Amino acid sequence: MAKQTSFILKSFVMAATIITFGILLFLIGYILIKGVPYLTPSLFNMSYTSENVSMFPSIINTVLMTLLSLMIAIPFGLFTAIYLVEYAKRGNKLVEIIRLTSETLAGIPSIVYGLFGMLFFVTYLGWGYSILAGSATLSVMILPLIIRTTEEALKSVPDSYREASFGLGAGQLRTVFHIVLPSAVPGILAGVILAIGRIVGETAALIYTAGTVAKLPKDLLSSARTLSVHMYTLSSEGFHTNEAFATAVVLLIIVLLINTVSMVIARKVTKI
Amino acid sequence: MNKEKIKITGIDLYYGDFQALKNINMILPQNKITAFIGPSGCGKTTLLKSLNRMNDLISDCRISGEILLDGQNIYENIDVNLLRKRVGMVFQKPNLFPMSIYDNVAYGPRTHGIRSKVMLDEIVEKSLVRAVIWDEVKDRIKKSALSLSGGQQQRICIARALAVEPEVLLMDEPTSALDPVSTSKIEELVLELKNDYTIIIVTHNMQQAVRVSDKTAFFLLGEIVEYRDTESIFSMPEDKRTEDYITGRFG
Repeated sequence: MAKQTSFILKSFVMAATIITFGILLFLIGYILIKGVPYLTPSLFNMSYTSENVSMFPSIINTVLMTLLSLMIAIPFGLFTAIYLVEYAKRGNKLVEIIRLTSETLAGIPSIVYGLFGMLFFVTYLGWGYSILAGSATLSVMILPLIIRTTEEALKSVPDSYREASFGLGAGQLRTVFHIVLPSAVPGILAGVILAIGRIVGETAALIYTAGTVAKLPKDLLSSARTLSVHMYTLSSEGFHTNEAFATAVVLLIIVLLINTVSMVIARKVTKI
Repeated sequence: MNKEKIKITGIDLYYGDFQALKNINMILPQNKITAFIGPSGCGKTTLLKSLNRMNDLISDCRISGEILLDGQNIYENIDVNLLRKRVGMVFQKPNLFPMSIYDNVAYGPRTHGIRSKVMLDEIVEKSLVRAVIWDEVKDRIKKSALSLSGGQQQRICIARALAVEPEVLLMDEPTSALDPVSTSKIEELVLELKNDYTIIIVTHNMQQAVRVSDKTAFFLLGEIVEYRDTESIFSMPEDKRTEDYITGRFG
């Protein structure tokens, strides 16, 4: 009887694994098969025209958008997390509120961020559809993620490191920046990778804030479409479905590259 | 010679509602080794950590009374970081930072403003020599400190504590996580260090207290039951409870 149960459980676990992995493989395979044949050099032309829907400007825009969003979100997220973990007293009311807020923010659909971004950054601050408005919106969106992963990373640094540092007469600031933060880097980087994934994959929040102009941006206030938005636009217009698949291939490769590079960086940083 | 280094008067210490130390009075002499013994939870480590204010890190810890270091009250108008420079600490488990051996030892001096490479090199070497670990690690001083054995790590911890040139060295069961060989090396080292430092050592090991210490304080339930010369406390305990403890009848 026990043997039978164990056999059933085992098959169930195996089946779940195979199905999950199978879906992933199928998805990637499907995109590759549909996309790779249309991955022509002309798709990487400098400029986009309605005959040749080049994705090159979108690639540049994606990179810009990602960098800018991270530049805004990482400092805020990092310092908030440091305050919450290292400075705030336990059971502090303010901390509870900040934590509740960031948890709530993490669960809000991205289209709501888009709407907020449009009303606040685009209209109220008068930035228009622009890279700036888009990345500001995205940084609000990824902030909770960065805060939470950084918090976890800081908490996982053993207290004995802090004790040792204080015991040698180091102050709070030195302890945090020379001992705790370096040890937390891999965890923080993991959060940043997740955040990059969300930025690169985001469409809903960007359509209303960064617009869909498929050109290389002149400045931070020009409208710009990222790869995901590009793909969304192509497929919703319906004339360039094949090129949309080709874009998906490039997106996949970019995400894969980012993950690999960050993993290498994380390994470099932790090694002494 | 028998100058008093630390004078503790009427210390009461609470963690929340729990009173961990009750009216502690004692004088810790300079260049001597004082051992704190007693069963777990009797307040030895708590008192030890009061001496360099590591208890400040615990949020609901309250302390009253007076601790004088060279006549100066360490709970009034004092820079805690400078106090901890003067009163160094070695912890129960080796707690080296995930850095190289060199950076671990240099962390303290760097904290206190020494930037010169030449000076740091000198301090690191001197500290490692003092902690009798130099010969074992001099070839891999830039390698990760975490690759060393537990006993070696603990001696690096001692070197790290010595690098800031403290006057007092607090040791919280420094050998409890180590094997007998490493333990005896640390004990030799402690005896060696006595000439230059005032050492206070918390230990669960009675033999260790006998081997290394000049004076011994026996703690029970937050109070000092007996505090005298190690020889006399172990050969002729005055209090029944001390006798029961050191002969192994409880604890």
